[in-house]
Amino acid sequence: MFKKILIANRGEIAVRVIRACREMGIRSVAVYSDVDRASLHVRKADEAYHIGPATASESYLNIGKILGVAKASGAEAIHPGYGFLSENAVFAQACADAGVKFVGPPPTAMQMMGSKTRARQHMEKANVPFVPGSLRGLEFDETREVAEKIGYPVMLKAAAGGGGKGMRLVRDPRDLKSAFEAARSEAQRSFSDSEVYVEKFIENPRHIEMQVLADEHGNCVYLGERECSVQRRHQKVLEESPSPIATPEMRLQMGEIAVQAAKACGYTNAGTVEFIADQQRNFYFLEMNTRLQVEHPVTELVTGHDLVHLQFRIAAGEKLPFQQDDIQLRGHAIECRIYAEDPDNNYFPSPGKITLLLAPSGPGIRRDSGMYEGWTVPIDYDPLLAKLIGYGATRDEAISRLQRALYEYFVGGIKTNISLFRRILNNGDFKAGKLDTGFLDRLLANPEQAVVEDERREGKSKIAAIAAGLFAVLEPTAAQATNSNGAKPSAEAQSKWKQAGRAESMRSL
Amino acid sequence: MTYEISIDGKSHKLELNKIDGRWECSLDGEKMNVDAVIARPNVLSLIVDGQAFEVKREMTATDLHLWVKSARFAVDVRDPRSLRSRRAAGAGVEGPQQLKAPMPGKIVRILAPAGTAVTAGQGVLVIEAMKMQNELKSPKDGAVKQIVVAEGASVTAGDVLAIVE
Repeated sequence: MFKKILIANRGEIAVRVIRACREMGIRSVAVYSDVDRASLHVRKADEAYHIGPATASESYLNIGKILGVAKASGAEAIHPGYGFLSENAVFAQACADAGVKFVGPPPTAMQMMGSKTRARQHMEKANVPFVPGSLRGLEFDETREVAEKIGYPVMLKAAAGGGGKGMRLVRDPRDLKSAFEAARSEAQRSFSDSEVYVEKFIENPRHIEMQVLADEHGNCVYLGERECSVQRRHQKVLEESPSPIATPEMRLQMGEIAVQAAKACGYTNAGTVEFIADQQRNFYFLEMNTRLQVEHPVTELVTGHDLVHLQFRIAAGEKLPFQQDDIQLRGHAIECRIYAEDPDNNYFPSPGKITLLLAPSGPGIRRDSGMYEGWTVPIDYDPLLAKLIGYGATRDEAISRLQRALYEYFVGGIKTNISLFRRILNNGDFKAGKLDTGFLDRLLANPEQAVVEDERREGKSKIAAIAAGLFAVLEPTAAQATNSNGAKPSAEAQSKWKQAGRAESMRSL
Repeated sequence: MTYEISIDGKSHKLELNKIDGRWECSLDGEKMNVDAVIARPNVLSLIVDGQAFEVKREMTATDLHLWVKSARFAVDVRDPRSLRSRRAAGAGVEGPQQLKAPMPGKIVRILAPAGTAVTAGQGVLVIEAMKMQNELKSPKDGAVKQIVVAEGASVTAGDVLAIVE
């Protein structure tokens, strides 16, 4: 096993990887930019090295600087976390060239999966399913034949398209002709290319992904799926495992396809195969994420396996310590991504100083956090502060534990999206597992819907008024201290220090 | 002690008297007996007629809020004896208004330079934080009297950015 590992990341994921290092007796090396000197990952690591200014391209994305620290500190391996350099094949290759082990897949696998078209070619060879349709532009008669074959509703898409231009949804075969012509002329106008292809339209799609682990000896297993349909602006907000709609048959089928996909690109270490699924449990390949995912804790809780420990063991050349049949899912886990965002201002990022932090604990609660009271959240990076994960024997128990933990959780001084999770977890469709990628937008369109009891204001304003007065008496703020005696607090404090000083010197005489 | 307390803009009169370690409170004439302990800085534990409440105090550069359970209240506390707070109480949207930074960030654009006539809600500056841009709007109809910051400047929460008169 490695004796020392560098973590080329920051925030909660760097803290999470540093914790795994300590658990395995590995020394951890943190790197930090100018604005992260006081960040939690620097406080938790065994060694820490400054790598440059706040701008990521000059620090956390700077391959030369990070490899320089690896060399100077004697780190034998680098864990990239997620984001930053984690899916950068050039970095993985540079690590190999420098004789440092990259904790992740080989650069060839990253390259193959990094390009959508290349990934599709390889995945089709491995019999991985894609959304049914034509791969190239068609004339009308062919389009009609394909549409009949794959079944309505269908989506017509401009081959050169993007941004919704040249796209037409067709539910009724009688509308195909006019939609086809409209899509063609729009494609011609927008992209100077009238080629249009047809694809099955997935109604109310769900986003479901499968975790895989592959060692460097040809063994590959899957560790169950995660449902990630609760999204906003294509950003995941809440994830869970298992998926509320998955059956053992669906899991087996999806798991085996994910393993085929990983094997087809020579994958090693931890990876995730993402699928789009319809409500009838048909699913189609979207892409492969060649890194440890933000939402990996839900898989850890239901499988009982520590994915970062396993990443280290695989990178050190060990064989997977279990086989597919040994993996059993037990219970249910749900993760809430706590972001520094203002719910009253369209979830705009809200950095700043954390003046008060009350963190939940207790049965079935895991908290992976990168923040602490007194820390100033920098303006320069992703607003993810922490992940709150609830675990229970059933989905209902996981939900009620999370609701309880969210009641205990308080972050003061900055705005967070904690209130959003109270609403999601209290929503009838969510409780029933009726999810799709439009769920969160619909919930946000009805802000008054699903306001939970703890947020209701009735009867609480009296308590707030009494508390305001008692705070002013028992723990006055600087401004209130001024108000109550008319003197500036600083002058008063100063004079009290002077008085005390004089009294001291008198006594010593 | 007597305080004028505003909760979400509504005024209340609160009298507090300490008797045998407990607080006799009179809120707009309604009497209550309260046991109060500062559990840790900015956290007040209250017991009112056997009902327990944990109240959190949140102070930012610009505001004071109290949280009772998960409900948040905008709070202003005035001691009527204080001259300064009486003067502060008169401030509305009359006269020059300061536009303050609601969050730390970088000024990326000035939309309304000094001298520009603006209406309430019109964007004056654009501030960027965590790769997202946010427009700061004029609090009133009038004209931009002064822009205090330059484009590209880094600011912290509460910094005065512009004055609208």
